[in-house]
Amino acid sequence: MLPDFTNPAEWLPWAFASLMGLSILIYVILDGFDLGVGILFPLADDGEKEKMIGSIGPFWDANETWLVLAVGLLLVAFPTAHGVILSSLYLPVFIMLVGLILRGVAFEFRAKARSGQRKLWNAAFFTGSIVTALAQGFMLGLYIMGLEQTPATYGFAALTALLLTIGYSFIGAVWLIHKTEGVLQGKAIDWSKGGLWSVMLGIGAVSLATPFVSPRIFGKWFSVPEIFYILPLPLISGALVLWLFVMLRRMPFYGDRLNWLPFAVSTGLFALAYVGMAYSFYPYVVPERLTIYEAAAAPESLLIILVGACAVVPVIIGYTVLAYFIFRGKATALRYD
Amino acid sequence: MDALDTLLLSRIQFAANISFHILFPTITIALGWVLFFFRLRFTQTGDEKWMAAYRFWVKVFALSFAMGVVSGITMSFQFGTNWPGFMETVGNIAGPLLAYEVLTAFFLEAVFIGIMLFGIARVPGWLHMLATGLVAFGTTMSAFWIIVLNSWMHTPQGFEMVDGVAFATDWWAIIFNPSMPYRFAHMMIASFLTVGFLVAGVSAFRWILGDRSREVRAMLKTGVVIGGLLMPVQILVGDMHGLNTLEHQPAKVAAMEGNWETQGNVPLLLFALPVEAARENRFEIGIPNGASLILKHKMDGVVPGLNDFLAEDGTALHPPVTPVFWSFRVMVGTGMTMLLLSWASVWFMWRRRYLHVGRIAGHWLAVEGLPKPILWALVPMAFSGWVATLAGWYTTEIGRQPWLVQGVMTTEMAVAEVPAPMVLGTLIAYLAIYAGLLIAYVSVIAYLATKAARGDDVQPRGARPAPGAVPAE
Ligand code: HDD
Ligand code: HEM
Ligand code: HEM
Repeated sequence: MLPDFTNPAEWLPWAFASLMGLSILIYVILDGFDLGVGILFPLADDGEKEKMIGSIGPFWDANETWLVLAVGLLLVAFPTAHGVILSSLYLPVFIMLVGLILRGVAFEFRAKARSGQRKLWNAAFFTGSIVTALAQGFMLGLYIMGLEQTPATYGFAALTALLLTIGYSFIGAVWLIHKTEGVLQGKAIDWSKGGLWSVMLGIGAVSLATPFVSPRIFGKWFSVPEIFYILPLPLISGALVLWLFVMLRRMPFYGDRLNWLPFAVSTGLFALAYVGMAYSFYPYVVPERLTIYEAAAAPESLLIILVGACAVVPVIIGYTVLAYFIFRGKATALRYD
Repeated sequence: MDALDTLLLSRIQFAANISFHILFPTITIALGWVLFFFRLRFTQTGDEKWMAAYRFWVKVFALSFAMGVVSGITMSFQFGTNWPGFMETVGNIAGPLLAYEVLTAFFLEAVFIGIMLFGIARVPGWLHMLATGLVAFGTTMSAFWIIVLNSWMHTPQGFEMVDGVAFATDWWAIIFNPSMPYRFAHMMIASFLTVGFLVAGVSAFRWILGDRSREVRAMLKTGVVIGGLLMPVQILVGDMHGLNTLEHQPAKVAAMEGNWETQGNVPLLLFALPVEAARENRFEIGIPNGASLILKHKMDGVVPGLNDFLAEDGTALHPPVTPVFWSFRVMVGTGMTMLLLSWASVWFMWRRRYLHVGRIAGHWLAVEGLPKPILWALVPMAFSGWVATLAGWYTTEIGRQPWLVQGVMTTEMAVAEVPAPMVLGTLIAYLAIYAGLLIAYVSVIAYLATKAARGDDVQPRGARPAPGAVPAE
């Protein structure tokens, strides 16, 4: 897995692939819970809606920026792959962008437009969130299928679209367990229990499908000794799912203790699933067509970005943590004063 | 033919998206600093009117910011979906610049805006002020990096071409390329002018609705003074920008002036209908020797004409003349209107400063001094900055055609092979969404203003005189 660290043409693409992978993972978890809260929106009453919005209000913008970084890194580090991937996903990308536009502006408009229009913007908020999630899941499916466009791959992509959407609503629900209390928290616990089933199904389906995309990946999974490297992934994931099932049945705990734990465990679960996928596809950036080494930009340009990234990313993480710290605790309806 | 259709549609789509996007950065860049100013004045003076002004404009800022973010994300995907050739050819230069924009600007503004908008009650005053300042700084950084890239596309240097791909040789030269300082200064001032007139226009609207609160006075003065101070500077910077362009992109200047022949004693055209086929203008009205004087500082200065940019076989190697010619005039015309209006407003407010009502008697500007026609003129001018900014960008960008990166690659070389109907379909959908959002945006600002003018905004009591305390006109 590790590149030759003395050769910049090797380790730079590798470093950028890791950075991009990390950025996508952070995006999926952070904007995942924002989108999830949006998907769960219609299930709550008006007062609860304000609290739900309050639980993501100060964060959603920064969370979305990880997507910008991921696309930016793909664009700068792997320009050819960027072209191939985005032009073959032209329509789903467009649909996702429409979703993101609706979600983002509805957030502001619902709070500022005359109150008669609030229902309309609430609907736009929900629609935007769910459309974004569906489009991302669809792209994920097509990507796993090597960007081939046949009825079968569309079918698979439709399935992943559905599963990722439920996955987002699950992580949104566990986020709400952390950020809310009382009746709404009770609802969030119920939503999480329902979502966990599909999360299990989703991770299972993707794991089952991936090895059959190509003999190469199949070999990476089911041959000795590789199988021993990969075996901990399904085992730990299974344990985490079990833990979540047991924990969610007993929540809320006395005195609302450990309300953050389901979110933390779910984050671990998502991360494991993601690492499994990354392991399967490495070293390809366009599955089975283009490796990260073939697609990389000039080493000089990559180096200059890496220097900047190493200096700035720790600072970004620092002030992101500061923001989450400032807005810790239970969410309240948002106010500008 | 098919490729051409895709090209044309992709250009229209890109132009539509960036035009929509730029409307909101233009507001957020300067409004961030204006909010910082309100916040600072409140801390310095403890006067509630500054906080009331802050509270009102921070809502407009939040709304504009959200519009800017979502349309910006669309922009960053556009490069891949519609212009893959762009990154394949100049990616080694454009890439790092875009990456630095994300790293040094986008995260900064996106994280601190949360604290700025919702943190007032949760963090100490200094941290809230710092957050406000950092958001403003972030938007400015973002403008800096993207303008570096855009200016490099106009005046590229510091690179070498190897097998049709650009490689950077000197980053300093790339960043400080010849047109960058002018373009950055011109754009920053454009942003402040836009916000100045937005603030003045919305405040005038509230005044007309009968709002006589102290913050409305403070806001109206702030807006008009920003406009009055910066407009002359903008003319100066614009002139220097034009001279710089004359050196590096003479074809663009020839199109802006509508000058078909290289010659001396060129007039400054105020009106004309350029006819591309006949290569001449109809119905010219101009100031004799004006263009020669502005561009060469001599009555008989020789100004390059469009005839210098013809291929052997007569095909034009210069940009289309009519759009460049006219958008340039729209920008300058709007600028002149801004100059007149802001100076007239300041003059009237100063001359009748004794009319000033308020705590600090004898303050040097009195909003009461504004004649009604001027108040009414300020309202439609609220969005005049948008008109001038868009017109300016059209001048610059269309003036660069047929090049995408001047002298390096043409726009045609960059386009993706996406089926034309697909581009058309998405284009129509974008336009529909943008039209809806623009209507919603402008009407929400009008609604917020009306609500504030009627006094039912969420604000501490006592911050304003009781409604009706000062008789309406
Ligand atoms: C002169 C200024 C300027 C110009 C010419 C552009 N932008 Fe922009 N952009 C901004 C100034 C800005 C800003 C002020 O920084 C914004 C607007 C509101 C905001 O949130 O940040 C922004 C937001 C913004 C975002 C969202 C950032 C976030 O998540 O916070 C993206 C991805 C882009 N832009 C991308 C682009 C691209 C690809 C452009 C060119 C083709 C572009 N922008 C032109
Ligand atoms: C912010 C304000 C901007 C506006 C209003 C604007 C507007 C336009 C317009 C109208 C065109 C079409 C010209 C034509 O095809 O005749 C164009 C072309 C182009 N501009 Fe800009 N532009 C802006 C900034 C930028 C920036 C910052 C970049 C790059 C970093 C950029 C990159 C391009 C590209 C790639 C094209 C070629 C595609 C095309 O012809 O449509 N533009 N722009
Ligand atoms: C009235 C005096 C003005 C002059 C002489 C002037 C001059 C110019 C020139 C020559 C250009 C083209 C730059 C190029 O060659 O690429 C330009 C572009 C532009 N102008 Fe103006 N301008 C004026 C007023 C304004 C005003 C009032 C605004 C907005 C409020 C504005 C906004 C812009 C913008 C956004 C651009 C495109 C970006 C750039 O290239 O700087 N201008 N201006």
